[in-house]
Amino acid sequence: MEEQRICILCPAGCHLKISGGKDDFKVEGNRCPRGAQYAYDEIHDPRRTVTAVAMTDAHCSCCCPVKSDSPVPKAMINELLELIYASEVKLPVRCGQIMIENFNNTNINVIFTRTINSTKELMS
Amino acid sequence: MSENKHEITDVVIIGGGAAGLSAGKITAKHGLSTVILERDSRMGGILNQCIHNGFGVHHFKEELTGPEYAERVYHEALAAGCAMYTGTTVMDVSGKRLKRVLCCSPEHGVREFNARAVVLAMGSRERNRGNIAIAGARPAGVFTAGTAQRLMNINGFVPGSEAVIIGSGDIGLIMARRLSWAGVKVNAVIEIMPYAAGLPRNIAQCLEDFDIPLHLSCQTLRINGRDRVESVDVAPLENGRVCLEKTFNISCDTILMSVGLIPENELSQKAGARLNPLTGGPVVDSRMMTSAEGVFACGNVLHIHDLVDYVSSEAEMVAEKIRLFLGGDVKAPEIKTVPGGNIRYVIPGGFEPGTDSTFYMRPLAVMDKARMNIYQDGRLIYDHPVKYVKPAEMLKVHLSPDFDDALPSGGDLKFSLKAE
Repeated sequence: MEEQRICILCPAGCHLKISGGKDDFKVEGNRCPRGAQYAYDEIHDPRRTVTAVAMTDAHCSCCCPVKSDSPVPKAMINELLELIYASEVKLPVRCGQIMIENFNNTNINVIFTRTINSTKELMS
Repeated sequence: MSENKHEITDVVIIGGGAAGLSAGKITAKHGLSTVILERDSRMGGILNQCIHNGFGVHHFKEELTGPEYAERVYHEALAAGCAMYTGTTVMDVSGKRLKRVLCCSPEHGVREFNARAVVLAMGSRERNRGNIAIAGARPAGVFTAGTAQRLMNINGFVPGSEAVIIGSGDIGLIMARRLSWAGVKVNAVIEIMPYAAGLPRNIAQCLEDFDIPLHLSCQTLRINGRDRVESVDVAPLENGRVCLEKTFNISCDTILMSVGLIPENELSQKAGARLNPLTGGPVVDSRMMTSAEGVFACGNVLHIHDLVDYVSSEAEMVAEKIRLFLGGDVKAPEIKTVPGGNIRYVIPGGFEPGTDSTFYMRPLAVMDKARMNIYQDGRLIYDHPVKYVKPAEMLKVHLSPDFDDALPSGGDLKFSLKAE
């Protein structure tokens, strides 16, 4: 097996050359150790931090930004997005407050990334 | 007019985004009375609509989303004692020693602040369809990437069902992922240059994750559609020539343009600040002061940054310089800084020996391993390795107060990148 990946952990964007299997796993092109770990994870359990907006109960097209508090397995991202889009958020909310707890028993939470005290704050 | 007409504020900051809030936090901490004026209904600027993560890794040593970064720096500025006014548009900056800042808002009407120092922190605007002159009809469905971002992330609208993104800047790439996650099919990203304008990691996580094709060395010729966008005509460039015979058509109902940012400097010019054609922002000296005495600049109004972290550190540096200026500290004669090999510009435009100085610069071309060199009168006075050089990424050089290799009486400092 040989694969090319771009490391997404920092702006350097190292071009990684990944080869071998479980026993002779090999990474080239990484400028730091984090790149080697990224390459391993990317092959065995690729994950991404998910960010989106959730609609609020305010009677206007106003929403609140949210994120997963740790990276989500790629295969579960669409399911998580559907869950976020189907929810209606009751105001007020606080930045850091949990919106969805322990998604699919992954220990991953979705949290609000903005404090919104009232509907009025959104309307202005 | 205003109730505080005769009051004098130490620092008036125009713009309540990352630059303005970060500068205000430090000036207020130094005990300088600080007012921040923000045009939008809410502080935080463009960070509010950048809901993706990746901000603050340098500045807060933590990965944050835009709104989180905004909220954090807003609370810091508030705790430091900044007075902040939202919904307030600044119309004019005038005056020689004492600056008059004329503004208006629905809440306070027309109002004037007298300030000992002014910080320009208005940010930038997006280049749009007019700037890159695409022929064709004028249907609905053509957005700048930032406008689409605001519609989606602040207002919660989804702008279409099939999109093409023109330009491969980071905002466009981030929006490709945002659209994909919102159920919009992104059919292509079109880039006129032979390489992507945005960071490689955004190519990976925003395009490759969704199998979105990136057409390099391609020009968008026409936008088709009467009431709504229907498709775009795209042609490849070969040896600088548009190959019309190879024109292809991509269908879409939405077009996002991510073709660069322009510092927003109408007010700077009113204030008497001379502009630098290389950056689009004001010319600043070693103290980050524009050619108008007492008027400083930081953030995207000065030059386009790729990381908000650098905006914050630059703004904090400006705040320190303002403290010196208002404290009556006399500046030593400064040495001019100029761009050399593979450098487009250097900011600030001057170096004051014996001070803690940070320089920001933008390279012209990609280099793998390189050395950052500074020359004075042909003599190499600084030599430092650089891991990689990319036009998408700003470079930073720090000279500590004990850097004494530059002769105060000598010529310009020339910043150059040399391939290793």
